[in-house]
Amino acid sequence: MSMHSNGHRMLSYVDALREAVAQEMERDERVFVMGLDVDDHKGIQGSTRGLVDRFGPDRVFTTPLSEDAMTGVAVGAAMAGMRPIHVHIRMDFLMLCMNQLVNMAAKSHYMYGGQLRVPMVVRSMIGKSWGQGAQHSQGLHSLFMHVPGLKVAAPSNAHDAKGALVAAIRDENPVIFVEHRLLYPTEAAVPEELYTVEPGRSRVWTEGDDITIVAISNMVVETLKAVELLQEVGIQAQVIDPIWLQPLDMEPIVRSVARTRRLLVVDNAWTNCGASAEIAAQVGEALGGLGPLSIRRTGFAPTTCPPAPSLERHFYPDPGKIAAAAYAMVRPGETGWVPDASRTVLGYQQAFRGPF
Amino acid sequence: MRHGEASANDAEGRGAFALAKQYTTDVLASFYERLYLVRRAEERIGEIYPSDRIKSPVHLSIGQEAVAVGICLALREDDIVSGTYRGHAAYLAHGGDLRGMFAELYGKDTGVARGKGGSMHLVDMTARVLGTSAVVGSTVPVALGFALAQKATNTGRVVAAFFGDGATEEGVFYESLNFAALRSLPVLFVCENNFLAIHEPIAKRQATDRLVERVATFGMPAVRVTSGDVFEIEDKAASLVEHVRAGRGPAFLECHTYRWREHVGPGEDYDAGYRDRSALAEWQARDPLAALAARLPANRRAEIEMEIERRIEDAVAFAERSPEPVAEELFAHVYAQ
Repeated sequence: MSMHSNGHRMLSYVDALREAVAQEMERDERVFVMGLDVDDHKGIQGSTRGLVDRFGPDRVFTTPLSEDAMTGVAVGAAMAGMRPIHVHIRMDFLMLCMNQLVNMAAKSHYMYGGQLRVPMVVRSMIGKSWGQGAQHSQGLHSLFMHVPGLKVAAPSNAHDAKGALVAAIRDENPVIFVEHRLLYPTEAAVPEELYTVEPGRSRVWTEGDDITIVAISNMVVETLKAVELLQEVGIQAQVIDPIWLQPLDMEPIVRSVARTRRLLVVDNAWTNCGASAEIAAQVGEALGGLGPLSIRRTGFAPTTCPPAPSLERHFYPDPGKIAAAAYAMVRPGETGWVPDASRTVLGYQQAFRGPF
Repeated sequence: MRHGEASANDAEGRGAFALAKQYTTDVLASFYERLYLVRRAEERIGEIYPSDRIKSPVHLSIGQEAVAVGICLALREDDIVSGTYRGHAAYLAHGGDLRGMFAELYGKDTGVARGKGGSMHLVDMTARVLGTSAVVGSTVPVALGFALAQKATNTGRVVAAFFGDGATEEGVFYESLNFAALRSLPVLFVCENNFLAIHEPIAKRQATDRLVERVATFGMPAVRVTSGDVFEIEDKAASLVEHVRAGRGPAFLECHTYRWREHVGPGEDYDAGYRDRSALAEWQARDPLAALAARLPANRRAEIEMEIERRIEDAVAFAERSPEPVAEELFAHVYAQ
């Protein structure tokens, strides 16, 4: 924690997550935290550290490696009136929870005619870099966006992480809460008091008339760096961060594209059937046929994520690729502009040393 | 519902129904009432089904009633029951609303799930019957979640989690046994072993038939009842419920039983080749409903039957006259407010 020059308290993403949970647990005794390693000395990279000492082992406990059953336990506890937060250290492990999330959590309120509700939060973290590889790196949020009954949040910064997590805990529905490992040390101004970043509320990061860029999760950070590079060549981008992917705040995106007529969606995931496909489709449906419209998407390469740095570099979008894509859309006649490679690597990636 | 002090019957006290002689007529009547309700409600469903007025596939428990009835009689009314897609028996045995059930099968707005669940997703939270699931095994850990909440809030309630022999082949079943034992959750696991998963006999699916022995290694009492005798099931369940309610952790009860009808729908399918009618004859010979009927005084029995027939016809009429959900209802309850 530090103080910004303007007097705001600066807090890291990981500390904001922990503060949100601790404050909600303090406020509401129905809230509890479970998941493998939530009570160990590392505490899920620090996001649950100290909670067991403060709230005791009945409210903060590790689980067997039984993701399927433990998700069911969370569903049942939520139905019974509690507020479980089920934590997974990687999003990839959610594949072991799919039956309970898709067939029970998402559907129970509906298929039981409103007699039951499932107010639970599933926290999970996406890994990147330093050899995370095939099964520690996946951004699988679109799988959950597909299923009615689930909500999905993917905050890009400490402020929204705290507010969205508080909103998720208080929500009456199952919320898939998507975190990115590389965002954990990033700081933002975070109020100490409780506040919410409500479902379906997006954030505009920069104003611009040339192009609309929708960026998801840590791709917001990469995109803001790209925007700096674009500004140097006279291109102004409006960057919108949905924060919540379900419900999705489409209105500001459509309004922005109606003005710029250009949409670039940058996702921390594959583009095929992804969040970027959904956003592009909705914009196309809203604005298609009403004048020129240019839409592009960028995300993971359509491959499995490799650990070798020389390959991984080509797997992810980065500020250079994002800026180049935007430039090509705004100035389609001009070719060949590529930003200086030395300026397209993010600071936190340069500083980061493993292991995770 | 416990043992009476004297018997109004002259049960012979050997073989099946050995325990019946310990019960008063009132107690016997209470067993008969629930068995009769479940049997007749499902037979009535079977009669209506070919008319296509029921709009939901039904998985009937006819022949298996003794398990649900025996277990639910061993529970307190405020205990919690978690059933399966073959769940009419547990639902009714624990006091689920009869009218709401029929209306649900008819796809009516007055159904327990407002026509949005159907037979496989019955629920009645007023009666503490949790919602059932079509995906085998899925409700077992959900029942544990309810048990965790009971423990956390000291309600003293027990959760009875019903599932079939097929569910014991799911990984989540073993995950659930482990977690329930690890956290000493107030759960009674109830396996209704009818030896069939759709049309596949258990011998083609399980390497050994030592389910109870497997479960016991998780460190919980595990008991097998092979007789199909509703009194023995209730008696064994009562002891296990006592263990669970005392805070000594979960317990497990396997009850052998037999599905008289086809997997889904009201018909018989003994000509399909996957099972033999002789097995049916064997189970029908020890049908607790018939045996119990013979033990009750005729007027008492007639009284019970008349009242239940009246209730069933009332529920059918209620379902018939209830309105269908309006189109807007499609979009209600996707998210809770």
